Amino acid sequence: MTRSASAYVVGAYEHPTRLAPDKSVAQLHAESALGALRDAGLSLSDVDGYMCAGDAPGSAPLYMADYLNLKLRWYDGTESGGCSYLAHIQHAAAALASGQCSVVLITLAGKPRSSGQATGTAFRPPPFDRPEAAWESTFRWTIGGVYGMAMQRHMHQYGTTLEQLAWVKVAASRHAQHNPHALLRKPLTVEDVMASPIISDPLRRDDCCVITDGGGALVLARPEIARSLNRPRVKVIGCGQTMNTNAGGYLDLTRTGAERSGAAAFAQAGVTPADIDYASVYDNFTIMVITQLEDLGFCAKGEGGRFVADGNLISGVGKLPWNTDGGGLCNNHPMNRGGITKAIEAVRQLRGEATPAVQVKDCRLALAAGPGMVLGAGHAHATVIFERE
Amino acid sequence: MTDEKKTFEHDPFVAAFPETRAFWEAAADGRLMLPVCEDCGRAHWYPRALCPLCGSEKLRWTPASGRGTVHAFSPARRAEPQYVLAYVTLDEGPTLMTNLVGAPIDAWSIGQAVQVRFQPSTEGRMMPFFGPVTG
Repeated sequence: MTRSASAYVVGAYEHPTRLAPDKSVAQLHAESALGALRDAGLSLSDVDGYMCAGDAPGSAPLYMADYLNLKLRWYDGTESGGCSYLAHIQHAAAALASGQCSVVLITLAGKPRSSGQATGTAFRPPPFDRPEAAWESTFRWTIGGVYGMAMQRHMHQYGTTLEQLAWVKVAASRHAQHNPHALLRKPLTVEDVMASPIISDPLRRDDCCVITDGGGALVLARPEIARSLNRPRVKVIGCGQTMNTNAGGYLDLTRTGAERSGAAAFAQAGVTPADIDYASVYDNFTIMVITQLEDLGFCAKGEGGRFVADGNLISGVGKLPWNTDGGGLCNNHPMNRGGITKAIEAVRQLRGEATPAVQVKDCRLALAAGPGMVLGAGHAHATVIFERE
Repeated sequence: MTDEKKTFEHDPFVAAFPETRAFWEAAADGRLMLPVCEDCGRAHWYPRALCPLCGSEKLRWTPASGRGTVHAFSPARRAEPQYVLAYVTLDEGPTLMTNLVGAPIDAWSIGQAVQVRFQPSTEGRMMPFFGPVTG
């Protein structure tokens, strides 16, 4: 079946650096942009649409548009944390479909590693004018603490075990060993992960993603431009995004926005989870892979722990090849934002350009999904489904 | 005479949200108040200018029991000093973020009954921490 699409991913680039103390964030954005345009066979002068999120200098598109000296007809600075770039794909597809622009560049970059940021363990007080701040800041919540509680509730409600959670990290490490750019390349065992130190009970160090400097970029274009380029064609066939709130105090720590963003993306694409050949699912923490796989419909609610166990996410071993670059858990998590690398690895898989040891045979349908930001139990979420033409 | 602990002039969190002042005034007296909707009858958390459950603006500050149960908790073992981040579900319905206090960090369990223990924030307002039920 051939599905019509208004937007194609024509360029994808993951910056190879994981530590960049001597480069500016703007330079990393620019190097990522040029990498993705080279990959597409396009140049800066072809770009008439630009997107970035809160990681960009000035947290708005103007400053990087000026740095790159873009001539724009369209731009969007939607900020939804780590999933911004997946949400951007949906916005770009709509802009391309309605003729507002022809070539959209999306960039991300940042340097949390060289600036010594303790992303998961440091309490970062919110500004006092944020509505939840007065009620929560005193309790020194950390990202590790919130996801520790999410992990605890899933274990309590569904019987998920630490061993099952460890399998997520094991799968990422088995993939990362083949990626020469990955930050952590040592293959781990369940026992290794279980023995890693506790960060915020029951969350252990190896349940957490890495902290890296780096960047990434995507180029999307209208169908006639994609057809004019000498690259395998990857089209965007389904998108969804949402905000998962704390529900006025009636929150559920075991559910994610993937329930809504995934359902929307699958409905638009006209496919089901069983059709997906490869899945990039943002792995900020091992528990979030399990909950998102459930909420996306790859398994029943509560079955995620059993689903990921025994290597089921390992390419060539299990039923669902996942995060074959090593993911955020082992490869890369530039600026603490995992959305763009999820889309990039999905594109590599569909083009047949993944690392040979993890390449999925005849990969035709791929999914990229992830959460963004943290607000107690709340977060943004976006899902994109791609098809090789 | 002005009650010093109810002026909140040095607490920007309170100053930024005048509509929640009644909560902090009651908290200063050791009373936990909840916003209850006069249309749908439900309490919500955190307090705000509308009922997030039905959209009504008809809210009434209502004294709460101060009792609840532990929904989830995570001891921050690497923090100095250590503390226990938690979500507590109040008997009135909503779940709020808090810290568990008054017992060792390994002494907690999901479903455990707790009661409010007000402790001051660094800015001065009294915050609802929770500890073991006593008496």
